[in-house]
Amino acid sequence: MTQNEPLIIAGRTFQSRLLVGTGKFSSGEAMREALRASGTGLATVALKRASLGPTKDAFADILDFIEPDRYLVLPNTSGARDADEAVRIAHLSEKAGLPKWVKLEIHPDVNYLLPDPIETLKAAEILVKEGWTVLPYINADPVLAMRLQDVGCATVMPLGSPIGTNRGIENEAQIRIIIAQARVPVVVDAGIGAPSHAAKAMEMGADAVLVNTAIAVARDPVRMASAFAAAVECGRAAFEAGLPPVSANAKASATSPLTAFLD
Amino acid sequence: MKFSEVLPTLPIGKLAAYAADASERDVLKVIAKGRAETLEDFAALISPAAAPHLEEMAHLSQALTQRNFGRTIHMFAPLYLSNECVNKCKYCGFSRDNEIPRVTIPVAQAVRETEMLARQGFRSLLLVAGEHPKWVSNGYVVEVIRQCLPIMPSIAIELGPTTVANYAKMAEAGCEGIVVYQESYHPETYAAMHTAGPKRNMAFRLDTLERAYEAGMRRLGMSPLYGLYEWRHEAVALVAHAMHLMKTCWRAELSIGLPRMRPATGGFAPKMGDVMSDRQTVQLLCAFRMTFPRADITATTRERPAVRDGLVLIGATHMSAGASTEPGGYSDYDETTWRPRTPQPGEQFHIADDRSPREMAAMIRRQGYEVVWKDFDRSFVEREEAAAS
Repeated sequence: MTQNEPLIIAGRTFQSRLLVGTGKFSSGEAMREALRASGTGLATVALKRASLGPTKDAFADILDFIEPDRYLVLPNTSGARDADEAVRIAHLSEKAGLPKWVKLEIHPDVNYLLPDPIETLKAAEILVKEGWTVLPYINADPVLAMRLQDVGCATVMPLGSPIGTNRGIENEAQIRIIIAQARVPVVVDAGIGAPSHAAKAMEMGADAVLVNTAIAVARDPVRMASAFAAAVECGRAAFEAGLPPVSANAKASATSPLTAFLD
Repeated sequence: MKFSEVLPTLPIGKLAAYAADASERDVLKVIAKGRAETLEDFAALISPAAAPHLEEMAHLSQALTQRNFGRTIHMFAPLYLSNECVNKCKYCGFSRDNEIPRVTIPVAQAVRETEMLARQGFRSLLLVAGEHPKWVSNGYVVEVIRQCLPIMPSIAIELGPTTVANYAKMAEAGCEGIVVYQESYHPETYAAMHTAGPKRNMAFRLDTLERAYEAGMRRLGMSPLYGLYEWRHEAVALVAHAMHLMKTCWRAELSIGLPRMRPATGGFAPKMGDVMSDRQTVQLLCAFRMTFPRADITATTRERPAVRDGLVLIGATHMSAGASTEPGGYSDYDETTWRPRTPQPGEQFHIADDRSPREMAAMIRRQGYEVVWKDFDRSFVEREEAAAS
């Protein structure tokens, strides 16, 4: 069987196109097992949950459950309300010895967790200049996606639907534009509540998806992680194989021409 | 418009009446949606007609909570700084005429007790004090915040309401959250309960969270104190207040408590029907969750162990453990058992769940939930030079 093309972000190759978030699990152990089953090569972690000081903190040990030889740890700035706070927390993660990669998440609106486009662009600009690999979480706004690519972001990560809603790809039309225009990988992040949603994003041509809630709160997170892994692989394979165009009307088909007698 | 101006225009009395006699059909309509979208929806969910559907509501509440918070419970500890108070409140152990030993602990002792709490695992602290302009001055609180922040990444306050300027100093020092119990949203009850002191100004208290937000606080904790007036009335008003804050303070996280009156010095006894039964408390929690899927819901040591164990699964997200409600109380705690060595006569109220943080954490894990001690970092609230030191 032909292998899917690998995902390349900022020159780094990932065999899996499934990226996984580490919040909301019932325990560190449950999270570790689910990560393994997902086959992911990249796990995001909310820095606010981790201990970033010089000494280890047994009461903030989320990083201990993410095996560093298996995954690139992608710190995220969740909790930051503006560009300044996001930049500060990124700096702290660097001091804590984490890679200089950051998932930029600035969602001051705590009820829907929708990202602030203005602060995100500001922070991205600062962090890219400082040499960071920046993966910004954004609403599905094609112009914002272009602006972020212009300042040097390594991906754009439009949301399918608001975080935690499991509503799937509600922003399909906008995400299709983002994909069509993209010069960097497009990762569909947030709202992916079922493997079928993930497959759909991949079929649309997204380069990867990021899933957290749907795996973490499943009755069996390990099985759900493998289900997502399979869906992402299938969706990508379908995309690479070339999906037939969809049309509402019957289309002319070369196999049984109806008008050949006119030639 | 501030909430003190909005509240008198709202039909809270009517909604409370509806909450008392909504029909089962009204209730089922909301349950079918799985969400309460309006004040009327919420009122129906807390009605007697909804009581037979509690199990269904609990499942909806659990699903909403897990989707938004996962299987996690966040821990915090209160630290009482002072029981000096200039107010006369009929229900409070700290009321100024109560003959209890009065104390405001020195900053150094606050730091020592914070270190004790950190050794128990806590990374989130709530500073509590009575209202006293001399003893609990702004400068004192700012100093406590400043010195405790290196030990506790998240610090919130529960103090007498003050001005934007004073809150700004606390936020600047690193305080990220505030809790203000409105006590009662019913003006006549509020006036009857608070007989002397600055707390008599109900409007000033109603607008406290908006002032704190303006000053930079990012987590707003709110609740009536259940037991002072008819609980359905208070809950409807609380939801109206929370809906108002979601629009005016849209960048802040809302945190809703469910404090029921506890026995305290002064001997205040709630009227029958003013305070919820255990079943009604669970019903109220489910109704809150179905109205505010993303709000923190706090279950403190005011509740007895069996209730708190149950609330883990239904929709609580934040819990305290092993709390002392006496200023300086922790200094007398045995660090192994986390129990006081001697009685605490200066406490605000007597807690109902005296399990240690370790025992609480074990209970939460047994139920298949993760205990989250740290969910905030001081780098959010500190300038870079300060954080580096």
